Amino acid sequence: MSATLKPEEKKLKVVGTRPIRPDGVPKVTGLARYGADYSLPGMLWGKILRSPHPHARIRSIDTSKAQALPGVKAVMTSADLPEHKFEYVGPERVAVNFWHMTRNIMAREKVLYEGHAVAAVAAISRSIADEALRLIEVDYEVLPHVIDVEEAMRPDAPLLFEDMITRGIEPAPDKPSNVSKRIEFKIGDPEAAFAAADEIVETSFKTAPVHQGYLEPQACLARFDPDGQAEVWASSQGHFVIRALTARLLGMDIGNLRVYPAEIGGGFGGKNVPYVEPVALALSRKSGHPVKIVMTREEVFKACGPAPGSSMTVKIGVRKDGKIVVAEGVFKFQAGAVPGSPVMNACMCAFAPYDIPNVRSVGYDVVCNRPKTAAYRAPGTPVSAYAVESVVDMAAARIGMDPLQFRLKNIARPGTPTVWGPKHTHEGFTETIQALMKHPGYSAPLRKNQGRGVASGYWFNNGGESSAAVHVNEDGTVLVATGSADLSGTRASLAMMAAETLGIDYDKVRPIVADTASIGYGHLAAGSRTTFATGIAVVEACKKVIGNLRARAAMIWEVNAEDVIWEDGCARPAGGNKGRFEPLSLKAIAAKRSVTGGPIVAEVSVNAGGVAPGFATEFCDVEVDPETGQVKVLRFVAAQDVGRAIHPSYVEGQIQGGAAQGIGWALNEEYIYDTAGRLTNAGFLDYRVPVASDLPRIETVLVEVPNPNHPFGVKGVGEANIVPSLAAVSNAVSNAIGRRMTELPMSPPKVLHAIDSGRAG
Amino acid sequence: MSKHHVTATVNGDVVEFLCETHRSLLDVLRDELNLTGTKEGCGTGDCGACSVTIDGRLTCSCLVLGVEVEGKAIETIEGMAAGAVLHPLQRKFLEHAALQCGICTPGILIAARSLLERNPDPTEEEVRYWLAGNLCRCTGYHKIVDAVLDAAREMRRQ
Ligand code: FES
Ligand code: FES
Repeated sequence: MSATLKPEEKKLKVVGTRPIRPDGVPKVTGLARYGADYSLPGMLWGKILRSPHPHARIRSIDTSKAQALPGVKAVMTSADLPEHKFEYVGPERVAVNFWHMTRNIMAREKVLYEGHAVAAVAAISRSIADEALRLIEVDYEVLPHVIDVEEAMRPDAPLLFEDMITRGIEPAPDKPSNVSKRIEFKIGDPEAAFAAADEIVETSFKTAPVHQGYLEPQACLARFDPDGQAEVWASSQGHFVIRALTARLLGMDIGNLRVYPAEIGGGFGGKNVPYVEPVALALSRKSGHPVKIVMTREEVFKACGPAPGSSMTVKIGVRKDGKIVVAEGVFKFQAGAVPGSPVMNACMCAFAPYDIPNVRSVGYDVVCNRPKTAAYRAPGTPVSAYAVESVVDMAAARIGMDPLQFRLKNIARPGTPTVWGPKHTHEGFTETIQALMKHPGYSAPLRKNQGRGVASGYWFNNGGESSAAVHVNEDGTVLVATGSADLSGTRASLAMMAAETLGIDYDKVRPIVADTASIGYGHLAAGSRTTFATGIAVVEACKKVIGNLRARAAMIWEVNAEDVIWEDGCARPAGGNKGRFEPLSLKAIAAKRSVTGGPIVAEVSVNAGGVAPGFATEFCDVEVDPETGQVKVLRFVAAQDVGRAIHPSYVEGQIQGGAAQGIGWALNEEYIYDTAGRLTNAGFLDYRVPVASDLPRIETVLVEVPNPNHPFGVKGVGEANIVPSLAAVSNAVSNAIGRRMTELPMSPPKVLHAIDSGRAG
Repeated sequence: MSKHHVTATVNGDVVEFLCETHRSLLDVLRDELNLTGTKEGCGTGDCGACSVTIDGRLTCSCLVLGVEVEGKAIETIEGMAAGAVLHPLQRKFLEHAALQCGICTPGILIAARSLLERNPDPTEEEVRYWLAGNLCRCTGYHKIVDAVLDAAREMRRQ
């Protein structure tokens, strides 16, 4: 892999500047096409019938009346999708089980949550499709349900799966339960270390499930031809993953399915997996017509995964000098109706910011009658960080240390072991803390009812499979195609890295997101991996192109290719030929394309390793209204180690967006169920995400400690920013009211209750 | 289901369309007139992604029936640029990186233009309150607010 380009070694011309994004104009003129914006001649509208019950056995489904309605072209149920073997495939942290996945797409024996899909129709108009749904008769045997994670863990809880035996316990339990999995990580000797600690702080916490809240509901258009060839236009975080999962769920060959990436209106992890694509494609297969499905917002809330709620206990032992000697966390996560909450991430990242010799982290993945959870920005980690960073704050207060100083004293450094085994290898943690210590706002005085809170957070970031193709056009312009969905401006950062590597102007590079038939495999745009991993593929492809251009210059000059170097976008003679010829620009060589060997193209696929984690430290000032319990965030400052910011504006935007979501998570957002197990706030009026007037300016501090394993030092920026946010807000509110808050969201009634109860948590 | 014949002006052009009684203006714009720049984030008036103006007034098009706009003048995002020249707000949104996914952008641009028509010199707080009906989940609003203030500054100079 390429060595780090240190800014002092080579002046960067494009990387670090703030050009206009290449996909910007269509997005401000309304011409960009998102998932719901595609249509085809003869297209039908698909609609999904959803369960009104949180838990029920399906005795029968009668679709005959719907089928008979004029204008209805197909009705489907789970009988139209193949059955799958019960097995977990893939690495444990992200394992999938198609037996569960197909049941979540369309219920089989039982419905497991309100909103669970049970049937679908395709009709010539939306009105007819709606009418047809009303004509489908489902005979349900309603079963007792369970919503809360602690209740779901009780031995007498209603079981979602009557034969589910907890994985990860030796010997395996002989009774089924709702606990899908138990995991444990341990280093050192926590028992002995607690016995020797000077101070021990232990507290329990609860958090509510929250939704990713992407503004674009899931939407797609699908077409299945009689010869078995199919096409899907999908708004997703990875059209190659949509292709693989959809093909598998329909029992078709991957080679017969082509997926086109629509522009995506936000995902945050929620659009990593298909929901509507397999249904639309099955309806198209059945009807012989293209089918479009667009979810309503209510469907998005009820059927597309929120991030899990949790119940947690964290215990930390410290020495009087401020050293954390031992920590323990128990994290119970609501998986929803399908096993697979990100509790493993939560366990791994919880204590990762710190150098603690004795640690135990235990996680439970628990099913309950809620929609299946989905990834959400650093999945699982903001939740465990909320509990850990709250207790870290309490420990700092207990021994009378400044909370940033306390974190700095205990910070992990290269060589510090992680709870999952390998040692930390990257710098950048301390720098984010030091950046905030130096921030003038950190020592600014606070008034009555105001409080300041700090927190830190760790996230893995990710590498993995990416592909890029670079085409040099005959006029010297360059096309960069990748298979990575662009959620937030990555086309700009990829084009910038290409321009920098080739030595040409940014506006000569046109980046596109290519469909699954036009480029090699690209994994999800998730895990903060695109600018890192796809960036490596782009840079490697540009280097191949440069090799090709040098060879062509050598041919023109009749010298050896080794005697040609590439500098500032030009081939220059070197070695013995230095100065003998005028440099040949990329444009000049491109013009001679056909006489020097034909098309100039390189495609590179990588499975990028060398990932460096993300780290963020944030502080937040709040004011609490003691009459109402309302919390106003006055100031929010976020420092994140980004490795290197390719396009600083979009890096800042990632941090601001992550912090805003964290503030919403901490203060407002939650899934609220009634006693019948029905979601009562499935809309943006009652599920309140932060609006412009709720938020302050969000100040960002870009800490740049380059990743030596990326040609420009990139680490990934999308997720680490949200990890500390929940805790920073909670610590600030706790300091403002002089009571420890232990439950999210800190909605006004809860804050008021804490103030009134007058007792510390 | 019988359909109604409606005549209205969209972005300065007279258009005619047929629509069912219960279809929203948003559905008509997107599905009948093929103007998909106006987005649906909720369909219940809570997100502002469907913002348009009707006879100059900022409105959620998901809350208006298609049959209600007979004889009215509607402005959508597709009519915001003057031909090939972007509106200053559109340009400032690009310069300030005020969009990430961009799905909220058409609605926010329409809403911001309405604000600046009424108040060419808004404070930051006025911008934040005016845009409180337009959700953006990606940006935290910081750069959106900056872009609006900067566009206002530029438009005042013109
Ligand atoms: S779609 Fe009209 S306000 Fe959300
Ligand atoms: S930019 Fe994505 S919702 Fe605003």
